[in-house]
Amino acid sequence: MSDKEIIGYIHSIETLGTLDGPGTRCVVFMQGCPLRCAYCHNPDTWEFSKPNPTNATDLVKRVARYKDYFSKKGGITISGGEPLAQAKFVKEVFRLCRQQDIHTALDTAGSIINRETIELLDYTDLVLLDVKHTDCKEYKKLTGAELEATMKYLEIIDKKQIPFWLRQVIVPEINDSPEQLQKLAKILQNKNSLEHIELLPYHDMARKKWQQLGLNYPLKNIQPPTNESLNGLRNILKEHNLPISFPE
Amino acid sequence: MTNNPWRSFNGGRWQDEIRVRDFIQANYKPYEGDESFLKGSTERTKRIFAKVEELLKQEQENGGVLDIDVDHASSILAYDPGYIDKDNELIVGLQTDAPLKRGVSPFGGIRMAKAACQAYGYTLNPKLEDIFLNYRTTHNDGVFRVYTKEMRKVRRSGLITGLPDAYGRGRIIGDYRRVALYGVNKIIEQKRLDKEAIGKGVMNQDTIRLSEELYSQITFLERLAKMAATYGFDITRPAANALEAAQWTYFAYLGAIKEQNGAAMSFGRVSTFLDIYIERDLREATLTESQAQEIIDDLVIKLRLARQLRTPEYNDLFAGDPTWVTEAVGGMGEDGRTLVTKTSYRMLNTLKNLSPAPEPNITVLWSQDLPQQFKNFCSKISIETDSIQYENDDLMRPIFGDDYAIACCVSAMKLGEQMQFFGARANLAKLLLTAINGGKDEFSGEYIAPKSEALIGKKLNYEEVIEKFYEYMDWLCEIYVNTMNVIHYMHDKYAYEKLQMGLHDTEVERFMAFGIAGLSVVTDSLSAIKYANVEPIINSDGIITDFKIEGDFPKYGNDDDRVDSIAVQIVEDFFNRLKKHPTYRNAKHTVSILTITSNVVYGKKTGSTPDGRNAGEPFAPGANPMHNRDLDGALASLNSVSKLPYNCCKDGISNTFTVTPNGLGCAIEDRITNLSSIIDGYFKKNGHHININVLDRDKLIDAMDNPEKYPNLTIRVSGYAVNFHRLTRYQQQEVIQRTFHGKM
Repeated sequence: MSDKEIIGYIHSIETLGTLDGPGTRCVVFMQGCPLRCAYCHNPDTWEFSKPNPTNATDLVKRVARYKDYFSKKGGITISGGEPLAQAKFVKEVFRLCRQQDIHTALDTAGSIINRETIELLDYTDLVLLDVKHTDCKEYKKLTGAELEATMKYLEIIDKKQIPFWLRQVIVPEINDSPEQLQKLAKILQNKNSLEHIELLPYHDMARKKWQQLGLNYPLKNIQPPTNESLNGLRNILKEHNLPISFPE
Repeated sequence: MTNNPWRSFNGGRWQDEIRVRDFIQANYKPYEGDESFLKGSTERTKRIFAKVEELLKQEQENGGVLDIDVDHASSILAYDPGYIDKDNELIVGLQTDAPLKRGVSPFGGIRMAKAACQAYGYTLNPKLEDIFLNYRTTHNDGVFRVYTKEMRKVRRSGLITGLPDAYGRGRIIGDYRRVALYGVNKIIEQKRLDKEAIGKGVMNQDTIRLSEELYSQITFLERLAKMAATYGFDITRPAANALEAAQWTYFAYLGAIKEQNGAAMSFGRVSTFLDIYIERDLREATLTESQAQEIIDDLVIKLRLARQLRTPEYNDLFAGDPTWVTEAVGGMGEDGRTLVTKTSYRMLNTLKNLSPAPEPNITVLWSQDLPQQFKNFCSKISIETDSIQYENDDLMRPIFGDDYAIACCVSAMKLGEQMQFFGARANLAKLLLTAINGGKDEFSGEYIAPKSEALIGKKLNYEEVIEKFYEYMDWLCEIYVNTMNVIHYMHDKYAYEKLQMGLHDTEVERFMAFGIAGLSVVTDSLSAIKYANVEPIINSDGIITDFKIEGDFPKYGNDDDRVDSIAVQIVEDFFNRLKKHPTYRNAKHTVSILTITSNVVYGKKTGSTPDGRNAGEPFAPGANPMHNRDLDGALASLNSVSKLPYNCCKDGISNTFTVTPNGLGCAIEDRITNLSSIIDGYFKKNGHHININVLDRDKLIDAMDNPEKYPNLTIRVSGYAVNFHRLTRYQQQEVIQRTFHGKM
């Protein structure tokens, strides 16, 4: 099968991404996501509609136009939506990127496990794994999906020794308990390819987007966490000797 | 001083001929380390700077002008010596006899000088007025004696705006370093020899003019030495140490800004030159690092005090009282060694020691090969101060060598060997409207261009519009070149840059620098006509004043070749058309895509355009995509601008780039390296110039309402930086409406 026949549906492209992986990166947001996270920034990427059909070759050509800005660390990040929902396409994009020495990062919640999503990892230089909660019930409540899949995907990443960053958005009252972080620390213990952990503060800037889409924003009265409380949580991970950074 | 001023320098051709570059190459010490050696400001500097800050505050409170000397015509010897704090200044010399007191320069035009005095509540000395009104022809008089009806129309309607026909053309950079290296006597001696040689050849219009110019150059070099003597210095001989080298160089620059009120009066490329003297003093243990920084700090304080007296209309074009004391820093040598020295760092360090400020207009000549530590230091200072611009050394060095500097914002020229005739810019967006309207002005309805059939009553056809547009472009280019010829003939005749040209070689290469305004507007307009449906709307007088636009169209700034190629084509075609017309003194045609802050005024003078921009709305600055139409992110926007061909625009392609702090990353270290990567990338793509602002829009909005919270808020606007509070409210709003890259 020629790569031209693999079509991906893309929500949008941000040519200068600096928050999703190392260096300056071209971030491609895929359309469609099986999760329904309560604080989602991009609810407009949820639906499995089919905007901007793009073949892998064309997308990589476009991304390669920004290669000069990537320096040593930067590259492409495929985010979403859930890129695993279009794993075959993403795999082909990453394969072509690697041919051009473009660093590939996969920004995922790890919620879909199949042959394609596993094979995709063979072309992935870095996974940004978003573990939204470490309690099964709470995870389901927050995202509408099962934590089990994510945990399984994490095992596969670790087994394949793919470097990964772990990311978690800290939402007060939902996942900011020390117990939740202790659990996270436990999960991450002995994961050799873990490079970096980012605890990101929840913010409600997506509220407007939800309203525009006619959706009911569920986190009504939750305020962003303070730096202090975030650093407290970061310290828990640090005590376990995990690679956590404290942004200024 | 008994010391031989050239002691312990490596010799070379520079000892026999005036060749500053040769001296630098033989003697400078590249620096590849980091900034850890830098020192903060000394107590002395802090005290002087506190006085200056107080004066600056008074100036601002006084409506922008602290004081005016209305009794003299500004020139090198017009004023007694002036000081900030005589006993404590390291570098001395002020434009008039007191800091921030402005001189009057009537040589460009007496009415303008009078109006400028009046605007700030002063009255020009009637004696001075009488002399310049009745006995002395000014540059402005000369130009208007010759301007044709057509030239006047084109000028008044705003098809061409900002022409230097009533103010000093500027953009000429004297090689001020020559005074430090050689002393004034040696320079005069060389000029005398040149003058004699000319006298031996054929005397014709060109040689007679040059010979008279040389006479003036010599006279004004002599006056420069006299001016220095009034401050107690003998600059007829070379400088013998770092402090003298800085002082001599500054005196030369000071003479130039006393003698000329040019719009942009660059300083040149001085840091690495001075570094040689500083290194020698450090070797001889007569200077410490702290004292070295003190010299640079004090020099920069002086440069920040440079002022010219302008009218409010002028300030509309060039907002925030800029002087473009542009200092080019860094770059690579032709032999592959970096031209970065410790004094490159010291110069940037003044933005920390003396807080951020728009002047001097610090311009980093960026090469892929610059030491990474220097790149990151620049990025760091950019993030902290928003006060630096960057220009692509790898693009310019093959053309201008490794001892060029930047005139004004983006115009490269070999120091001491090249000069330019500045020519503002043609408003191509308005030209498109004029073409569609069959030669009529879209506001007044009067013919401002040759009459043809207006494109009324049907959807605009791309081919038809293009054909018409180019017919009018042909017409405009001829007038534009001729107008420039008139202006610069008269400027040479009545307001010649005697001292600055005295600090050039006698035979110089000249550029005639034309410009384009409204590039993104005309590009998007043509794209709309090509890819969407655009129908003209006429008013009751039959003038097309608006457009009905149906459907979407590709917009410049999204790395979309369908529209970016239109921009490239316009630039090439405009340049090629200009080249058809001969120039005064055989100057080489060049083009810039740079608007200073006149994008606001140009917008006011331009009706609604087919891209959906409303009448009167500002243009994007320089070569920027229109505000908030570059939706695919910063790099797509940069890629679009980088496609514009520098070989047609050797006078520079200005891009003003604003990114939010978060847009560069989360951690400070990441922001620094990411910014370095972005600049590297843009220049690898052959981008020419980029102003970097790292700001949140909210900060600017807050600053508008609470200026006292951000007294030193400096931002890069278009080829230069301004103190945000010196912009008018309207200009502040325009800046806020620009694209800020970076997702939430």
